Amino acid sequence: MELNSKIPEGPIEKKWDNHRFAMKLVNPANKRKYHIIVVGTGLAGASAAASLAELGYQVTSLCYHESPRRAHSIAAQGGINAPKNYKNDGDSVWRLFYDTVKGGDFRAREANVYRLAQVSGSIIDQCVAQGVPFAREYGGLLDNRSFGGAQVSRTFYARGQTGQQLLLGAYSALERQISKGTVKFYDRREMLDLVVIDGQTRGIIARNLRDGSIEAYIADAVILATGGYGNVFYLSTNAKASNATAIWRAHKRGALFGNPCYTQIHPTCIPVASDYQSKLTLMSESLRNDGRIWVPKKVGDKRNPREIPEEERDYYLERRYPSFGNLVPRDVASRNAKAVCDEGRGVGETGLAVYLDFADAIKRNSKAWVEEKYGNLFDMYHEITNENAYETPMRIFPAVHYTMGGLWVDYNLMTTIPGLYVLGEANFSDHGANRLGASALMQGLADGYFVIPYTIGDYLASSKFQQITSDHPSFSDAKRDVEQANEKLVSIRGNKTVDEFHKELGKILWDYCGMGRNADGLKKALEMIPKLRDEFWKNLRVPGSSKSMNPELEKAGRVADYMELAELICADALHREESCGGHFREEYQTEEGEAKRNDEKFSYVAAWQFNGVGQPETLHKESLTFEYVKQAQRSYK
Amino acid sequence: MDTFLSLYNSSVGKKFVVALTGLFICSFLVVHLTINLFLFKNDGGQTYDLYAHFMSTNIFIRPIEYILALGFLLHIFTSAYLWWLNKQARSVPYKAKASSENSTLASRTMFVTGSIVFIFLVVHIRTFFVPTRFADVEPSSYEMVKFAFRDPLYVLFYVIAISLLGYHLRHGFQSAFQTFGIKDKKYAPYIHFIGGIFWLLIPLLYIAMPVYFYFNPY
Amino acid sequence: MNITLNVWRQPDQKSQGQFQSYPATGISPDMSFLEMLDAVNTMLVKKGEEPIAFDHDCREGICGSCGMVINGRPHGPERGVATCQLYMRHFKEGDTITLEPWRANAFPVLKDLVVDRTSFDRIIQAGGYVSVDTGGVPDANCIPIPKVKAEEAMDAAACIGCGACVAACKNSSAMLFVSAKVSQLALLPQGDAERKQRVERMIAQMDKEGFGGCTNTLACEAECPKKIPVTHIARLNREFLRAKLT
Repeated sequence: MELNSKIPEGPIEKKWDNHRFAMKLVNPANKRKYHIIVVGTGLAGASAAASLAELGYQVTSLCYHESPRRAHSIAAQGGINAPKNYKNDGDSVWRLFYDTVKGGDFRAREANVYRLAQVSGSIIDQCVAQGVPFAREYGGLLDNRSFGGAQVSRTFYARGQTGQQLLLGAYSALERQISKGTVKFYDRREMLDLVVIDGQTRGIIARNLRDGSIEAYIADAVILATGGYGNVFYLSTNAKASNATAIWRAHKRGALFGNPCYTQIHPTCIPVASDYQSKLTLMSESLRNDGRIWVPKKVGDKRNPREIPEEERDYYLERRYPSFGNLVPRDVASRNAKAVCDEGRGVGETGLAVYLDFADAIKRNSKAWVEEKYGNLFDMYHEITNENAYETPMRIFPAVHYTMGGLWVDYNLMTTIPGLYVLGEANFSDHGANRLGASALMQGLADGYFVIPYTIGDYLASSKFQQITSDHPSFSDAKRDVEQANEKLVSIRGNKTVDEFHKELGKILWDYCGMGRNADGLKKALEMIPKLRDEFWKNLRVPGSSKSMNPELEKAGRVADYMELAELICADALHREESCGGHFREEYQTEEGEAKRNDEKFSYVAAWQFNGVGQPETLHKESLTFEYVKQAQRSYK
Repeated sequence: MDTFLSLYNSSVGKKFVVALTGLFICSFLVVHLTINLFLFKNDGGQTYDLYAHFMSTNIFIRPIEYILALGFLLHIFTSAYLWWLNKQARSVPYKAKASSENSTLASRTMFVTGSIVFIFLVVHIRTFFVPTRFADVEPSSYEMVKFAFRDPLYVLFYVIAISLLGYHLRHGFQSAFQTFGIKDKKYAPYIHFIGGIFWLLIPLLYIAMPVYFYFNPY
Repeated sequence: MNITLNVWRQPDQKSQGQFQSYPATGISPDMSFLEMLDAVNTMLVKKGEEPIAFDHDCREGICGSCGMVINGRPHGPERGVATCQLYMRHFKEGDTITLEPWRANAFPVLKDLVVDRTSFDRIIQAGGYVSVDTGGVPDANCIPIPKVKAEEAMDAAACIGCGACVAACKNSSAMLFVSAKVSQLALLPQGDAERKQRVERMIAQMDKEGFGGCTNTLACEAECPKKIPVTHIARLNREFLRAKLT
């Protein structure tokens, strides 16, 4: 299979403009003849569904929640980047482009990243027009703050609830279209298969989670905006229901999977407390603006943090990276936290935590000042840990947060299956091997508001579609298969719960394919995962029926997919014999312990092709060329 | 009329009618009390009867009486209707009840207190209003009051009903301002202060009358 | 610690429900309330019984999915938190905890503690938006908005649409939810053009869905996990009167 990224010709700043002109348009009167399905209603899905409906397409939108507003984009705290340069601190489209390519450790497509930086300003305009209450200065203009991996203040925010406010903006645009009848919305529907007819994407099979019925949806194009797969690790900052099922089943239908091993481990999360823990809670990265990260200099120093004198503390990020300090990118911050804990200098009962200390900020400004900026985060921390972070430093530890990998898409966001598009975290595109803070919201909305409305028209205008109905054998076969798979899950009647299997799988991944990876560990994981998968299909217990509301069955289907995806993640991690961004192979590091890339051998996107469960996948390579940002060892010193 | 109907068709509009009529009735309470206070003037009821006569015969007061009646009816009917509508919104009640943790008893018992005050109103009209208005010869209101308040049961009923009226107003008065949308941080303290006059002071003064006449029958 | 749960079980929307008792043993005070339910569910699954169904997702108090009435209190005894942010340290050894779904006819029970809150979405569809299409909007900084107003709009916009206000209200009124959206958009210049239709339509839809009316008991404010104040209801009333009377 030849991978064609379809990057337009011309200088990078002209590519998107040229492409927009070159693409075919659908006549306004014809738009209503085309039917598009959008799966997922997070930032990318809701914005895409609303924008496409505004253009006149017939849109069907589905999500597995009861309401579009529950999508996990809502939990993003920190902010959204845009190079508006409102602060006059030297920001520009070019600089955001540069920061993102460098932040992604030179494993992203330059053209995509440039386009992202280009349209990001319009996102802010759009959101403000929708009534998103961004933070403002006393003069009434928009406020900005700085975020990891950048030396300018370009992050727009709405307290610690930026994702919520942006999602509610996109949600309101979507609800407006639903009220007009241009979007048909179906709640509590989970996509369980993709239907491809004659090489074209023609619809999906979904389960109605209210009553368990299996439904077919027909369209001329399908957009997946179903988020990332971080939950494969069981413990992550993702919402409990966030899953890989939609993209994984599309992968099994032929869409290539890009860079599955690129996982972002977020540095500022509340540490794991015990076995019963069901999820990890992120504390916004914005805390690193004013909080200082440290551990004791002495190994095994168990004193109360307030009793450890200044000279016996190691502010290791400030020491090692004087120019970025506590604001180094996430992968660097996480890796360093792991390193100090591995040295035995970790704090708290488990020794798997570092301090994030606000004492200086409180002394410099005031407690009220800190409270205004971060009050809700401090409250959240208190609720969970029963500790007052105004008086004692927070304990934080890295946790799985985001997956840069996802289905492979070309410049138009189309997968290797014609008519199947993937937006937001579900695709692999813009962040390379590491995502910078406040860029996920930017990418989701850029894809949905400003990219897909153009690129999908080109496909629709230049393709021919035969009339089909849901009686088509491809639909009825897929429906039957899905029904049988669900029936199988409830009929195993074994002894272990879905969560027990999920926890075991997550532990394998965290131990061998987490913050640090090596060939031996990955090989071990690749032996363990198929065994666990076999056991899963023999010893799983799912009570209830497949023909009624059954949350346990929903989980089982998702974990069944993780059992396969996990293997691909490890295989990808094993094959990539270099360290880059979130993928840190312990064998490949500089003398100072930084990630050491191998640009000669690995400057490509690994796009994997499914060959059947348990079969090794076929690797396809899209080589990456860097014409505008010179590939170099990333330095945040 | 269209505006009124479109208002009345909505739950918020109905609530607005309840609040407006409620405050209107409050203003009547003040006027009624002002005249009643002449009962305490030591002149054998001369001044009181004078005003009572004035109120029941003056050509300006008469139409206001109809408006007042309309206000009462609207208040009673609309709140009862709203109460019934609100009951329809939850068919299955909660098993565990903890409403005292999140709201005041006064706010939750408006229908009960209102209903008792309504019964009181009917009895009150029968005792004092009907004889003065529909008798062939207008009796002395002062004598009527003195007579009525000799009955301990009547006094007790009066005291309880007025106390409940106070309790009704404890929630109702400030609630009306919330319904009008003018209860915010700036005005809330004033509303609560004036509210105190209505739910505490005025009912106490009303209660003073039967108590006074019961213990000083001559 | 060991506690007893008294839980509403209902197989589906049409069936009758009833309370059922389950022991929850070996519960750590540092568990979240939902983790305690996870533990009970694991026990039920192991016995081959259907676990207690409840909506939940982000488990950090922002998605608004979770919500159950715990001993008569929506989201439990703590103020300003959603059910997922409630920790077992707020309960005592030997407690019996009664769990009920949100009770309101506008929120029909789908299963056990799961209710259908799509009526909220239909209220938003009636007008909880600014009618702008994608593209063609002015620069974000071209309309300055006083910080105080923007902050107040943000206070309202913090609503997570969980429905605790409805569950707490003796009238099952959705006024706090509706007011949060109306107030947010009434405070911002972007919402000004449609403020009249917005409030009229949203309230009409609220009534149509079968929510009760507001009698200002303020239970909603007390139980709101985002502590949204009832001053927004006052603003809603003002907006409504303004729309009707002018």
